[in-house]
Amino acid sequence: MSDFVITVEGLSKRYRIGRREGYRDLRETLTEPVYLILARFRSLFRRPGVQDFSALNGENTIWALRDVGFEVKKGEVVGIIGRNGAGKTTLLKILSRITEPTGGCVEIQGRVGSLLEVGTGFHPELTGRENIYLNGAILGMTRGEIRRRFDEIVTFADIEKFLDTPAKHYSTGMYMRLAFAVAAHLDTDILLVDEVLAVGDMEFQRKCLGKMSDVARQGRTVLLVSHNLSTIRALCGSGILLERGSLKAVGKIEDVVGSYLTHQSIPKSQFSDKNRRFHSDTLRIVHAATYRDGHEISQFAYGEELEIRISIYADVKYDSISVEAVIRDAYEAPIICLSSGLTFGQLFSLDTGYSCASCKVPRLPLAEGRYFLDLSVGYAGLHFLDYLECALWFEVTYCDPAGTGFPYKQAHRQGAVYVPARFQAFREVPE
Amino acid sequence: MNNSSSQSVDFPKIVIRPSGGWVSLRLGDLWAYRELLYFLVWRDIKVRYKQTVLGAAWAVIQPFFTMVVFTIFFGQLAKVPSDGLPYPVFAYCGLLPWQLFSYALTQSGNSLVANQNLITKVYFPRLVIPLAACLAGIVDFGIAFLVLLGMMIFYGITPTAAMASLPIFLLFALATALGVGLWLSAMNVRYRDVRYTIPFLTQVWLFATPIAYPSSLIPAKWRAIYGLNPMAGVVEGFRWALLGKGELPGPLVGISLAAVVVLLTGGLYYFRRMERTFADVV
Repeated sequence: MSDFVITVEGLSKRYRIGRREGYRDLRETLTEPVYLILARFRSLFRRPGVQDFSALNGENTIWALRDVGFEVKKGEVVGIIGRNGAGKTTLLKILSRITEPTGGCVEIQGRVGSLLEVGTGFHPELTGRENIYLNGAILGMTRGEIRRRFDEIVTFADIEKFLDTPAKHYSTGMYMRLAFAVAAHLDTDILLVDEVLAVGDMEFQRKCLGKMSDVARQGRTVLLVSHNLSTIRALCGSGILLERGSLKAVGKIEDVVGSYLTHQSIPKSQFSDKNRRFHSDTLRIVHAATYRDGHEISQFAYGEELEIRISIYADVKYDSISVEAVIRDAYEAPIICLSSGLTFGQLFSLDTGYSCASCKVPRLPLAEGRYFLDLSVGYAGLHFLDYLECALWFEVTYCDPAGTGFPYKQAHRQGAVYVPARFQAFREVPE
Repeated sequence: MNNSSSQSVDFPKIVIRPSGGWVSLRLGDLWAYRELLYFLVWRDIKVRYKQTVLGAAWAVIQPFFTMVVFTIFFGQLAKVPSDGLPYPVFAYCGLLPWQLFSYALTQSGNSLVANQNLITKVYFPRLVIPLAACLAGIVDFGIAFLVLLGMMIFYGITPTAAMASLPIFLLFALATALGVGLWLSAMNVRYRDVRYTIPFLTQVWLFATPIAYPSSLIPAKWRAIYGLNPMAGVVEGFRWALLGKGELPGPLVGISLAAVVVLLTGGLYYFRRMERTFADVV
């Protein structure tokens, strides 16, 4: 018998996206509603999926996964990485049997627990104690198992005093702690985890991370999806890189992260709803680009001027608007926040129609490497009207201000920000 | 740690591949997930009357006042016959399974949409959800049943041996609700029109069921067809089992039973067929 606990072969998943759009004549306009109703009645009985392949033309479907194959050995901790929309979550959803693949085959040996979200099925009206049992059952624990781990869960979540309080009176932090605590005590052979570490305050995140590495050391098989490359590198031994639904690399985690950072073709800019984290109906960021001295450019050297121009379309007038750009490093960890409202005390009024906002950084303090930009418009510190995650990227190609011949690089784990400093050495005898 | 690895030895291999055409019902899976079913029923019951002043009294208030209204309008004013029984008991005995049915139907019909956070995040046989929604109504039924016993004592009706068959008719009512609920819940995932159809459906169905009137009011030659409404069989069965008046209208109940078997089997297959796309379209 092979020692692989997960075998994935030719796995594909096709999603249907909205209806085909285009022009249509009056006859179509008049008859279409009738056809539509008829078609819908027919579709009541027809399962979309394998059979009606022919009915789906390429235009209104999207391959979330295409011909993905890999194997996972028992006890391996595998990180799944890739940009937004690369198919990471779809892969986990298929492995945890939430959704069916369109093609391909998966074989799994062992009991699977999936944590795609913390606190799935928590009910605000139920007490902490009741929620532990309910959530545990939903995650697949038996009553006996939950009873055995109950005290551990309560201690881990640190909520002894509020065990019999309805969860709706909990603070967000308590709620998250309890939710993670239940999930962390799930005792399955194979664990599928999606981004759940990004909850709670710093101290609790550290605790979660510790728990995760405990789990990894126990010899259980873990598949972990995360945006945080440093978490992935800390926890995982091997990795899988997905790009637009296809498998790009598989192997040792350092190699996979490396190919993610270097060889990946990333679209110049992304203004789709896929990376939109907040939106309103009346304001939209329609375009953005990086400039130097008035020229559109995406490669910079240390100390050069960086200008970000954001085109905004507004349906109504806005007052006291803050424009924000967050610079993320190659691992997509935020490093610098440029908020016109919060950090620079500048607010703008926007007329209806198109406007342009510009943000100039006179001397770019960044190390060599790639950077992503989150762009947002909103009421400073209150809420966002539009927020695009990693909407743009740019590169710093040269950073060696002192001319040492040893350029300052992100990739060498030197950090991403270069700050000028002066060193001195002098004679001092310790007492 | 040790127990988790020992569990894995005998754990069957899971194979995931696209399933085509009609598929098996895999009712065995349901058994494997019985604890989850238990917890979901338990949750629905626990949460049902949270933050209400009257609490579980609502389980009695609804059928009781409907009975009062029926007694005034149908019993007193319209002089609808009641098979020789006191009209209030007659109506209440019909409302009892009806309340269970309409609650179970409404809840299960909306259950998948209401639990979409579960469907998109965790795997388990989806049948658990509408089933749990149906079963949660039994507590209300039990409470309302006590009131019926009180009314039977008040009107001096002594139960007969037929009362032993009550669980069968109870099951019958739940099966009807589940049968319809499966169809509706699966359609509801794709077409939210269903949500608005359900209240209307139960309203019409109430009058198509012999609750305010006896089925003997229906001309004899139509009575068998009338049995296609499974709830007609359920309600007549309840009256026969509890109030012990007359004979069980056999043909009607038989046809109702057949109708429910068809409805439930069809519902199960339809549900299983649509199940695999729930997480994608809900």
